[in-house]
Amino acid sequence: MLLKIEHLHKNYGSVHALDDVSLSLESGTVLGIVGDNGAGKSTLMKCITGSETASGGSIVLDNSPLPKGNPYASREAGIEMIYQNLGLCLQQDVVENIFLGREKRIKVMGLETPLLDLKGMEREAQTLIGRLNAEINVRKKAGALSGGQQQAVAIARALLFQPRLLIMDEPTAALGVREVAIVLDLIRALKKQGIAVILVSHRLGDIFEVADRIVLMRHGRLIEDKLITETSLSELTQKILCAGTLGDEN
Amino acid sequence: MRVYQGLILVILLLLCAFFAITSDVFLTWANVLNIFTATSTIGLLAIGAAFVIGAGGLDLSVGSLMAFSAITGVMVAPESSTTSVPLILFVCLATGLFAGAINGSLIGGMKLPAFIVTLGMLSIARGLALIFSNGRPVYGLPEGLVFLGQGRIGGVPIPVMVFLATGFVAHILLGRTRFGRHSLAIGDNEQASCNAGIQIFRYKVTLYALSGLLAAMAVILSMSRVNAADPSSGMMYELTAITAAIIGGTSLSGGRASVAGAMIGALIMGVLQNGMTLMNVPAYYQQVAVGIVLIAAVTFGKCRGVHASKN
Repeated sequence: MLLKIEHLHKNYGSVHALDDVSLSLESGTVLGIVGDNGAGKSTLMKCITGSETASGGSIVLDNSPLPKGNPYASREAGIEMIYQNLGLCLQQDVVENIFLGREKRIKVMGLETPLLDLKGMEREAQTLIGRLNAEINVRKKAGALSGGQQQAVAIARALLFQPRLLIMDEPTAALGVREVAIVLDLIRALKKQGIAVILVSHRLGDIFEVADRIVLMRHGRLIEDKLITETSLSELTQKILCAGTLGDEN
Repeated sequence: MRVYQGLILVILLLLCAFFAITSDVFLTWANVLNIFTATSTIGLLAIGAAFVIGAGGLDLSVGSLMAFSAITGVMVAPESSTTSVPLILFVCLATGLFAGAINGSLIGGMKLPAFIVTLGMLSIARGLALIFSNGRPVYGLPEGLVFLGQGRIGGVPIPVMVFLATGFVAHILLGRTRFGRHSLAIGDNEQASCNAGIQIFRYKVTLYALSGLLAAMAVILSMSRVNAADPSSGMMYELTAITAAIIGGTSLSGGRASVAGAMIGALIMGVLQNGMTLMNVPAYYQQVAVGIVLIAAVTFGKCRGVHASKN
């Protein structure tokens, strides 16, 4: 088991943002997380990446407990997150974006010089993009790429950290049909490489396309955790809609 | 960027061709060297502007920092002593560097708008230069210092050599080092750069300090050329430097800059001013022309940005 979360709690004063959440995830599988706004999806992701400190419970990655509220430790352990806005520098090219903050430098007799290894970085960027089966000119500015291609660049940047778990927040939210297909193919490519993916999305259709398991959250609690083969789009939609009605009544 | 630089190079050549037709003196060797020597001052400021604007900032204080650095430098040194040259150079450069670092600290640390901070520094530095010098220029600099502005090595004026050497180093720094890459990334998307682990504050302090240092270098060349430190020197130079950087392809909204472009931009401004002087265009009209070129360059840059984003 790659990721094991047990009895996770997160309180903001008297508000229970996460209430006894437990789930697990194996390498090379895709877990879809769905739920209405305020269900606790983002808080759960932030606790996993260490940008929020859980009030209780534990997160274990590959049998090693993750320190709470430590994003560097989470990244070191192999957890990467791609946010909805991707965080790309649109006027810089693909290579510059992939290596931003981790640029390679030319070595002379084993010693690093201040000069960048432009060719080496370009080669590696092409390899990373190739791993995702994406066709992108790595010298192109990120702003000149389509939404799906930008997503591929963000994934390639995450791959540079050799992640074991990749969390993607609404990767298809602002994309057209063709672009969505590209992103779903990218997720399938990651899965094949043995990388575990947590896919947070409002688009249930996308989750049913690529996920192995699906988790439904409501008011900070985990309501449903099923294999994708054990549920259907209509059943899940019904449950989310019911949750909305119950929420309104409450 | 290379295509664009080719384009501005063509504009520069057309400008030269125009002035060569209108003036017999323009293409003489003495005048060409004169243009290069005069451009070296603005050129150094334009290189600094390319870094700062490329990183999403703005430095309006460079002209005043020139005057402040010059006056501070010559005030601390014993009069006309040869041994005082290193001291003048050190104090002058340190003043520019330190004042620039103050700009950067306020902009990066206090998150104050660059426009306001550097506008404030523009006034403070100019005021201090006037106070320290009682509003009068200091004439008669040490010989060694004058050599820096008036001397030649192999027929090439030293200011031109300093300008070209600085341009070469800055070109490498911007395009081939982490410092350059990170500076442009900050100008492009500060939040993304911060998320990538880039220390924004450190970079901003360094960038404005670099701009201040280049302003001090520029004034060392110009004051040694005229053999006087003038508290009114560098007036409105920031405008010409920013114009040169923008002509050279630096994006006013940050994320894109070119040192080579800024150098060509500075040459365009130098040729324009020299050519207009040869055509007996009064100085007031020349100022109008600089303003028009700035607005035209920004408009062109904006159109270019829209075109680039569509492609």
